[in-house]
Amino acid sequence: MPALPLQPAAAAAQSLRSAAIGKCFDNGVEALRAVSFDIAAAEFVGLVGPSGCGKSTLLRIVAGLAAPSSGALEITDRAQLRPAFVFQEPTLLPWASVFDNVWLPLRVRGISRAEARPAIEAVLARVGLAQFERALPRELSGGMKMRVSLARALVTEPNLLLLDEPFAALDELTRFRLNDDLRGWWSAQQFTTLFVTHSVFEAVYLCNRVLVISARPGRLHADVPIEGPHERTRIWRGSPQYAEQCGRLSALLEQAAEA
Amino acid sequence: MSITRWLSPLLVALGILGVWEFGVRAAGIPPFILPTPSRVLITLWDNLDNLLPAWWFTVRITFVALALAALGGVLIAATFALSKTLERALLPYAIVLQVTPIVAIAPLLLIYIDSTTTALLICTWIVAFFPILANTLAGLRAVDPNLRELFQLYAATPLQRLRWLLAPTALPYFVAGLKISGGLALIGAVVAEFAAGAAGRETGLASRILEASFRTEIPKMYAALVLISLTGIAIYLTFGFLAERLLVRWQGEVARS
Repeated sequence: MPALPLQPAAAAAQSLRSAAIGKCFDNGVEALRAVSFDIAAAEFVGLVGPSGCGKSTLLRIVAGLAAPSSGALEITDRAQLRPAFVFQEPTLLPWASVFDNVWLPLRVRGISRAEARPAIEAVLARVGLAQFERALPRELSGGMKMRVSLARALVTEPNLLLLDEPFAALDELTRFRLNDDLRGWWSAQQFTTLFVTHSVFEAVYLCNRVLVISARPGRLHADVPIEGPHERTRIWRGSPQYAEQCGRLSALLEQAAEA
Repeated sequence: MSITRWLSPLLVALGILGVWEFGVRAAGIPPFILPTPSRVLITLWDNLDNLLPAWWFTVRITFVALALAALGGVLIAATFALSKTLERALLPYAIVLQVTPIVAIAPLLLIYIDSTTTALLICTWIVAFFPILANTLAGLRAVDPNLRELFQLYAATPLQRLRWLLAPTALPYFVAGLKISGGLALIGAVVAEFAAGAAGRETGLASRILEASFRTEIPKMYAALVLISLTGIAIYLTFGFLAERLLVRWQGEVARS
C-alpha cells in the first residue's frame, strides 16, 4: 500500500500501558476499577464485556476524551501519537459531501482542499467509495456511511485506531465485509488497534487478543490470546479452532457478567 | 412544484372576489360601507402617489428591524450558548419582552424616544428578535455530541468549531426563525405605528389607514390593507424560497417549519 502523501513519515505504532485505571462519574457511579493491561505496538486487541461495563468509557479514556479518576495511561511516545476514533454511529457532517467529511481532520490542521486531495482520493479508493466523493451522507447506505467514517479515520495515517462498536448497527453481510477490510488495513498499516464490540464472534474473528471486562464496576476479568492465522478469512470463520475459541470466550463473558 | 399548489388557492381567491363583487353590486351596498374589489383596486391606483411612499416607509421599518433582529438574535443566542449563567440570568427577560403585547409597550417607548422612526424600529425589533433567538439557540444546542467529541479529538480551535460545526448545525434553525420573524416584523411595524398614531409625511401604511378611517374613506382603508397583505405574502414566499435554496444540503435534517 503506497504511503499517503502529506503525512510526516508514518510514526511507529504506539504501545499502551493502562496502570490501574479507575473511573467514577460525578453522579457517584463507579464505571471502572483498577483496570491494568499492556498493549504492544501494532497489536489488534478487542474489548468485550456485558453492556454498561465501562468498555466505551475505557476507550474514551485511551482516546483522551475522558480523564481517569485514578491510575494512569502510559503511551510510548505521546508526541508521536496519532489517534483516530470511530464511533458506533458514522458521525458525519450531514451537510458536507463525502470528500469534505474525509477532509475534516486534515482541514483542522490547516491543510487545504487541493493539498489534501491526493490523500483523500487514495483513502476513498481504499474504502471502495471512489465514485462517491460528491455524495451527501444521507444519500448513502449505513455500510457506506461507516466506510466514510473509517476513511476519515484512516486519512490521518493513525498509529492508534480506537473503534467503539463501529459495526454494531450494520447488517451481517456488510459487517463481514468491513471486518475483512479492517483486518486488511491493519495488516498493511500496522496501527495499534483497540476494538470495542459486544459480539464474541466478531472479537475472535478480528483480534489477536481479547480483554474481557466484568460487569460494573468494570474490572479486567480475563486477558485471552486468540490463536489464529494472520490472514483471517471465511475459512477461519468456519474452522473448529475459531468455534472453540468463540465458545471459550462466551463462557468467560458469562462469568464476567456475574463477577 | 405542481401547478395545483398555486392554482387551488388562486381559484379560491377568484371565487371569493367574484362573490364579493357581484354580491355587493346585486345588494346595492354603498361603497362607504363595503366597496367592491374593483372599487378598491381603482382607489389603490388613484391614491398610488399617496400610498406608495407610505408602503415604502413600512417596508423599510420592517426590513431594517428584521436585519437588526437577525443580528441581535444570533449574537444573543451565541452568548447564551457560550454561557449557561448568562442564559439563566437573561432569557426570562427576553421572554417577558416576547409575551408583553407590543401595543402596550409602544406608547411608553414613544414618550421616551423623540424620533418616531427610532421608536417604531425598536418596537418592531422587539416583536421580531425572539423567534430568531429561540430557534438559533435550539440549533446551537442540537449539535451531535459525537461530532462535538470528534472536534475535541482533532483539537479544533473554537473558531473552527464555530465555522464547521456550530454554524452549519444551527443554520436551518436560524432560517426557520427568520421565516417566522419576517412575518412578525411586518405586523410589528404596522401595529407599532397604529399605537404611535403618527401623522405627516414620514409615516407608513398604518397612518394611511388611520387617516382614511377618520375621513370614512372606506375604499382607501381597503386599498392600504391590500398593500399590507400583499407585502406579507411576498415576505412569506421570499423567505420560503430562500430557505429552500439555502438548505438544499440540509434536507431532512430538521423538520421543516
